[in-house]
This record gives sequence, C-alpha cells and structure tokens, in this order.
Amino acid sequence: MKEINKELLFDYIIQLGDSSMILGQRLGELCGHGPELETDIALTNISLDLFGQVRNYFQYAAEIQGEGKTEDDIAMLRYEHEYRSALLVEQPNKDFAYVIARQNFYDHYHYMLLEFLVNSKDEQIAAIARKSIKEVEYHLDFSITWMKRLGGGTEESNCRLQDAVDNLYRYTKELTTPTETEKQMAELGVGPDLTSLQASYYNSLNALLTEAEINVPKEIVFQFGGKEGRHTEYMGYILSDFQYMQRAYPNMKW
Amino acid sequence: MNKEWPIWEVFIRSKNGLDHRHAGSLHAADAEMAIQNARDVYTRRQEGVSIWVVESKDITASNPEKSGELFEPAKDKVYRHPTFYNLPDELKHM
Repeated sequence: MKEINKELLFDYIIQLGDSSMILGQRLGELCGHGPELETDIALTNISLDLFGQVRNYFQYAAEIQGEGKTEDDIAMLRYEHEYRSALLVEQPNKDFAYVIARQNFYDHYHYMLLEFLVNSKDEQIAAIARKSIKEVEYHLDFSITWMKRLGGGTEESNCRLQDAVDNLYRYTKELTTPTETEKQMAELGVGPDLTSLQASYYNSLNALLTEAEINVPKEIVFQFGGKEGRHTEYMGYILSDFQYMQRAYPNMKW
Repeated sequence: MNKEWPIWEVFIRSKNGLDHRHAGSLHAADAEMAIQNARDVYTRRQEGVSIWVVESKDITASNPEKSGELFEPAKDKVYRHPTFYNLPDELKHM
C-alpha cells in the first residue's frame, strides 16, 4: 500500500467517528424519556454501542496525530465547524417516528460502510469495523422492524412516520456523497467508493419504505454540508450539552 | 382501547446445555419486539445464548388458593424420594 498522508488519515477517522458520535448523543438525550421502558433501554444500548465504536476510532486518531492528545480531547474539544458529522444525525428527536427514521436511514448506510471497512487496507480500521459490524447489524434489524411496525401500524403511526421520512429524506444523500477525503481514501482502498454504494443504499431503503406502506419522497432537494463542517442550527445546542463538562471543568475525568 | 402493550414472560438460556430459565417479564407489541426487548433488557451483560418469549396470558398457572390440595399431600410422603437405598461407596455423583 502507498504511504498514507497522516493528516488525511486522521481526517478520515474523524469523519468515521463523528456521525456515530452525534447520533449517539441524540439517542442519549432519550435516556429516561423513551416511550416505553424497553424501548428506552434499546435506544440507549444503541447509543452506547456507537460511543464504544467512536472511542476506538478516536483512540486511533489520537495515536496517529501523535500530539499526546486523548480520545476525549478529540471528541469534546473541537469547534462546531471541525465536526464532520452528516446533517442527518443532528436532526432532533421530534417524536419516536423521527428517532426511528433517522436511525434507519443511518443504519442502512452504516452497515454498508462497515461491510467494506472490515476489509479496509488500514488494519486498525478493519479491526474496529469487525468489532462493530455485529452491533450495527442489530441496529439495522431493530430499526427495520420498527419502520415496518410504525408504517403498517395505525393511521396515526403511519402518518407520523411519513412525516418523519418526508422531512429527513433530504439528508440521506450526503451519507453516500464522498468528501474530498473520502474520495482519496477510496482510491487507497482504505474506505469504500461511496458513490458506488448509492444505488444499493436507495434500493434497500426505498424497498423498505414501500414495504412499510410509506411513500418514497419525490422531487427532493437534498441537503449537504455537515461532513464539511457546515451544520444546521441544531449542532450548536448539541455541542453545548455535549461539551459542557470539559469546557466548564477542563481536564475533568469521570 | 387498551393502549398498554401486552406482557411477555422471558426465558433465557445462559449457556448451551443448560435449561432456559425464567428471567422476568416485559412489555411488547408482538413476538418479534418481545425478543428484541428481551435481548436489550435481559442479555446486555452477556446473560444468555438463547431467548424464549411467551405472552403471559398464554401461560396457565396453578391457583395459589389451591396450593393446599395441590402440594401439601406430597409433604409426608418421604418414601417418594429415593433416599432409602444403601449406596456403595464407589458410587459417586448421586
């Protein structure tokens, strides 16, 4: 393999971690507020899975960076424009249908991403992916069954899921649209060629929507920018919660 | 309309070769959700390798008020335990 530019690899790992981390934070907001005790635990389990994966990525990123920083520095102490998470995952927990649709849109992508990353040319990324893929396979199962249940449930649940899908669908294309870093990583065999995943992403997602009796949105103006640090207005609020401890009590440890 | 999800009983097998044991109960709208909920609630600390769920209403239970007639007659029938045999010393694990 060609020698990989460290800064580029660092940037890529940050991108891999950030979307899962912000989604994990959104799910964490539901702790104690889930619609049922069992669902509350399920969603926080998923959140913890994601944070566990992100820790692995950021430990590796800190090692590559070689500035003596820790995973916590990388996670907690960046400015908003330095977070590279997709716009989808910062969307709020408007209701349970939004939580499930957001999760499912991400899970479809996340699973396909890991399917590639288990064979990444970067050994460490491959190892993290092998550890993560079973967790994400379950996340996908979980969100698929809920999509079908809400879509095929009552008129109310179908309406709410349709509303969530109509509003969140515009953020899906960003997931499979590569940034400059992702393009270069694809050339090196470290990451997947995201453009080539796009067709199968929408095939499986749209097939699920149809099965769940949800209309696939048409004439969508897709939104991009999160992966390049241009976030929606929600991101600042997420970060002020997320970073509060480290900003108020620098170097505080759990 | 009853908006509560029905209650399910959860049985977990902790490892292969052992029996499923009752772990507790939970709410779920259908069997598939009951399995997922059981996985999330009862096996998050590696408690199991297999899960059974059954809706609580499908379990027929003995009536506690009848425990006298059902169980007490067995109390004074110690001869139903095989404890009156002289076992040879060589015989172990009995």
